[in-house]
Amino acid sequence: MHASSAAAPAVHYLNNEKTIKSWITTVDHKRIGVMYLVAVSLAFLAGGILALLVRTELAAPGETIMGPDAYNQSFTLHAVLMVFAFIIPAIPAVMGNFVLPIQLGAKDVAFPRLNLASFYIYLIGAVIALTALVVGRVDGGWTFYAPYSTSVGNGVLFITMGVFVMGFSSILTGLNFIVTVHKMRAPGLTWSRLPLFVWSIYATSIVQVLATPVIGITMLLLFLEKLVGIGIFDPALGGDPVLFQHFFWFYSHPAVYIMILPAFGVISDLMGTFSRNRVQGYKFVALSSVAIAFLGFLVWGHHMFVSGQSAVSSIVFSLITYLIGIPTGVKVINWVLTMYRGSVWLQTPMLYALMFLITFSIGGFTGIMLGVLAIDVHLHDTYFVVAHFHYVMMGGNVIAALGGLHYWWPKMFGRMYNETLARIAALLVFIGFNLTFFPQFIMGSRGMPRRYYDYLPEFEIFHQLSTLGSYVLGVGLFMILGYGIHSLFRGKKAPANPWGALTLEWTHTDSMPDPHNFHHTPVVTRGPYDYHLAPELFNDGVSGDGAGESAPEIVHRDTSEA
Amino acid sequence: MGENGSFWLPEAASTIAPEVDALFYFVYWTSILFFVGVVGFLIYFAVKYRRKDHSFVPPAFHENKWIETASIVIPTILVLIVFTWGFKVFVKMYAAPPDAYEITVRGKQWYWEYEYDNGVVVPNEVHVPIGRPIKLNMSATDVLHSYFIPEFRVKHDVLPNRYTSLWFQVDEAGEYQVYCTEYCGTSHSAMLGKLIAEPEAEFQRWLSDQNADRPPEELGEILVASYNCAACHSVDGSRGVGPTFQGLFGSERQFEDGTTVVADENYLRESILMPAAKIVETYPPAMPPSYSSLSARELDGLIAYIKTLQ
Ligand code: HEC
Ligand code: HEM
Ligand SMILES: [Cu+2]
Ligand SMILES: [Cu+2]
Repeated sequence: MHASSAAAPAVHYLNNEKTIKSWITTVDHKRIGVMYLVAVSLAFLAGGILALLVRTELAAPGETIMGPDAYNQSFTLHAVLMVFAFIIPAIPAVMGNFVLPIQLGAKDVAFPRLNLASFYIYLIGAVIALTALVVGRVDGGWTFYAPYSTSVGNGVLFITMGVFVMGFSSILTGLNFIVTVHKMRAPGLTWSRLPLFVWSIYATSIVQVLATPVIGITMLLLFLEKLVGIGIFDPALGGDPVLFQHFFWFYSHPAVYIMILPAFGVISDLMGTFSRNRVQGYKFVALSSVAIAFLGFLVWGHHMFVSGQSAVSSIVFSLITYLIGIPTGVKVINWVLTMYRGSVWLQTPMLYALMFLITFSIGGFTGIMLGVLAIDVHLHDTYFVVAHFHYVMMGGNVIAALGGLHYWWPKMFGRMYNETLARIAALLVFIGFNLTFFPQFIMGSRGMPRRYYDYLPEFEIFHQLSTLGSYVLGVGLFMILGYGIHSLFRGKKAPANPWGALTLEWTHTDSMPDPHNFHHTPVVTRGPYDYHLAPELFNDGVSGDGAGESAPEIVHRDTSEA
Repeated sequence: MGENGSFWLPEAASTIAPEVDALFYFVYWTSILFFVGVVGFLIYFAVKYRRKDHSFVPPAFHENKWIETASIVIPTILVLIVFTWGFKVFVKMYAAPPDAYEITVRGKQWYWEYEYDNGVVVPNEVHVPIGRPIKLNMSATDVLHSYFIPEFRVKHDVLPNRYTSLWFQVDEAGEYQVYCTEYCGTSHSAMLGKLIAEPEAEFQRWLSDQNADRPPEELGEILVASYNCAACHSVDGSRGVGPTFQGLFGSERQFEDGTTVVADENYLRESILMPAAKIVETYPPAMPPSYSSLSARELDGLIAYIKTLQ
């Protein structure tokens, strides 16, 4: 067979057809992944700009750049965009779409047309949600607690409808991936040889399919409450506001697993690849993700310890919260141990993986703190919670997504990025992120409530540090955007396997992959991280170092040919 | 606020606060210990096993059952300790002592309204006596709010359709910040209040001063409701456990022992302060003696109100 070369293959998924029509009607999972990448990046950009506005307003007490109503709407829109339009689709829809079928040795997902439909449903939902901006006021945060949410403006009609519609995209994507994993694995790719990224997307998909209908119904009820006053949640109409909270968190706690499980998958692949070692506790990491996907449904009440739910339910929720937290801690230990006696290569993706282990641990430990009933009474709805969930969502999901993006970038676009700039940006992101959110722990536990437009002078120093941090973070992220775009046009051509990785997207496809991924179906004969069983990868020195001049060619793509 | 607190937590001003803080710092130091462990190993491994030779392939590494087991068992034990401890303190926070002094709190966009059982209603600045448990019975009149005093480590949501409560006890006089911590609209961040804890005597003086500018009849009407006189005395002529107040003033009273008297101010005062002194004919001696501690102003108010009911 032909060996790959650093030059892009003559025909690949981006150039096989060039018309606009070929893009908008494409059913190629890779192109859909790229379209998602553009869409979620735009959502992240918009949400990020709002975040900077919010932080700027908080740089000093009193009015700084906007009034309270504008402020309240800014943080709300920031949250809605980040949660529903960015973080939920981010890893599954971008990397899941691009990478998962290839890692399975498949030509595409099980239902390619449905996959395209999911993308359009997502777009429509996002547009509906954004219409709210024009129509009027939406404030009060992404949680939409009744009866406040139904008592102001009509904007909430559009936001809830938007979330409702985006939910279908999430459900259909999940369904598609579940079937794909079950039905489309290459010969020899047994369950115990699946890359952990596949396992994690599989677990995520289960949660998406089971949990998302609940937020759909909740949003629909809220919509009807606002539109025709059916009186489910508003006490003035005979409803119960605590019921809304139960509905909301019944989805939104499992949703935090939609946000974090894919990150676990990315990190597992990165730790294995860049340590050139088997991921410790492979079975544990794989199966506990699936277990969490189910058990995660039993802890929603830990968001409601002071809401007026019964003491007994609070106690039960607290206990289960802990029992679910433990496997997560064990995973972190496993990832660290993966480096033990390995060959640790500190390229940019690995830097993000290590960063993740630090920031996500802080998020996890503070989660334990919040799960303690008596302490949560004090910390609930303060900046401590804000810091906690940013450490898990940004410090967990986003950092992992950045790691994954840098890892798969050469595969997606056939070019390397500038390694030096990438490292500087990673450092800026790390410093900026911690500077932004760590002071929020301190002011939160000292009593600073969340969703506050104004604050008392004693909190000023922490708010200022946080605002400063957000600018550093912003610079880091814009830098990534900058060298990313530069790389698309000027980046060095990427070899097929610049990292010396073992999963199929690296060993059996070109950078960029063929429209049909593989020239013929691969046969898998070893585990995803069995480097010691892959001498052919390393005999003649390893593949590229990303930044180095030209990567020697190392991939012998037909070793496992039947 | 910061001055008496620790780095992480504000001053511990309520009786429950030190218990919460002990738990907080237990979780905190345990977490720090684990965190330092994780990051320490992370850095150590990343440096020690840093790739030097690009063609080096580490031999297959077999998992260590001991580490695997320990990393599950130890955290589980710790977590169960923390859970049990947190649960015990939580139960204490949850159940107010039965002898607590009760104050009604209403959350409104965007202020707190307090009502004492002598009818005093004050906005935003609440006074409480020190040295005894205080229970706040809370409800909202519009949307959700949440009542939070960081120095006391207490917080509870305030709902429009039901009563919720929280309790605390402060032993030292002081002024504390009250926040609303459930988003409630434009001025959510301005829904701030003060809680002033003071010795019982000062508190009582403050409380009675609050009624100073209220006309006595009006005060009396409020007191009849809040002291629950209305449970036994009607104001419309109907018979209850006790005689009606309607037409009472100036009428001739018949007593068990056969004597009579015309109901004037002195008689009313005596009936309230010492109900057992004269028992109205056909009625049981059921009126409690607990009203002997009413202040002069309150008595005047009650009498003035009864006089209006002709
Ligand atoms: C538990 C029921 C009960 C409560 C509560 C109660 N009373 Fe009475 N009260 C009675 C009864 C029974 C009598 C008649 C027997 C007596 O004279 O002691 C009475 C008698 C009186 C009388 C004399 C009436 C008469 O017809 O001569 C006055 C005045 C009075 N109460 C005022 C009050 C006031 C003011 C309060 C509230 C601060 C109050 N009571 C609370 C049961 C009650
Ligand atoms: C060790 C694991 C974790 C534990 C024990 C934990 C515990 C908690 C608890 C108890 C709360 C409620 C705090 C309060 O509102 O008073 C909370 C809030 C939150 N957590 Fe976690 N958490 C964990 C991991 C995660 C992860 C992985 C994510 C997402 C990726 C996440 C996202 C959130 C969010 C978004 C909130 C705040 C929701 C809101 O009020 O807006 N958490 N967490
Ligand atoms: Cu949760
Ligand atoms: Cu509020």
